[in-house]
Amino acid sequence: MNLETIVQALHLGVKSGGDRLGVEVRGGYVGDLLSDVMANGREGDLWITRQIHQNIVAVASLKDLAGIILVRGAEPAADTLEKAVRENIPLLTADLPAFEMAGRIYQMICPLKV
Amino acid sequence: MKRGLSVPHRKWMGAVSVCEKWLYGNSFPVDGGNFDDAGRVSGRIKTILKEMGIENDVVRMAAVITYESEINIVSYARHGMISLHVLPEHVEIEAVDEGPGISDIRLAMQQGWSTATDKIREMGFGAGMGLNNIRNFSDIFHISSDVGSGTRLKMIIHILREQDR
Repeated sequence: MNLETIVQALHLGVKSGGDRLGVEVRGGYVGDLLSDVMANGREGDLWITRQIHQNIVAVASLKDLAGIILVRGAEPAADTLEKAVRENIPLLTADLPAFEMAGRIYQMICPLKV
Repeated sequence: MKRGLSVPHRKWMGAVSVCEKWLYGNSFPVDGGNFDDAGRVSGRIKTILKEMGIENDVVRMAAVITYESEINIVSYARHGMISLHVLPEHVEIEAVDEGPGISDIRLAMQQGWSTATDKIREMGFGAGMGLNNIRNFSDIFHISSDVGSGTRLKMIIHILREQDR
């Protein structure tokens, strides 16, 4: 499933990387500890976090993540946005909290067979 | 099947290499305390390895190792240097810093143990995972430290991965 489909379905704000929404989302990861994401995030994961400082861009870039979703109304810091634009990393925003966001994305990309 | 370098080695010999075996060799300075710039050296090293045609698994391991090393220098040291040497069979990464050093390396290697300040923790670092990540993503890991002087990490990643042997 591509990122654009998720952005449209969940009404995510697109702060940067708008031309990279065609990227395939292979999975997801939720976390605010950057070392945890560095260790366990995988290429193509959509990363759900509340961290807004610019180091999240470096992590997403180094791990080849599909994008970053800032949840519960969080907005990126100015220098974070600047860096995300420069590195063309999709930085997305949502009002939903992390738990609900993860649940909805999981349903979309790995629908439960009931 | 042997994977690894897919570009002619010769392209990378010369300018920065002083050892005949090196396909690439260079060192990159890292400033202590500069969180705004953290990730710059790791990003550069990742780009270099990708452009050399090093296989993705190795590039990913190197990215984690260099990023965590960079964050450690930024978080705790005054100054540091991360060096990258690519040889035909492995990638060597060294992170050397001038800083407080580590008095008990065994303790520092324990998952969850950290001396990070609140400022560092607020950014999502300092959870006591960094050194473990570096060790786990290396094929060979060596750490030494002198209290009051600094810490030296040496990591080796085999280019020819286990499944290719």
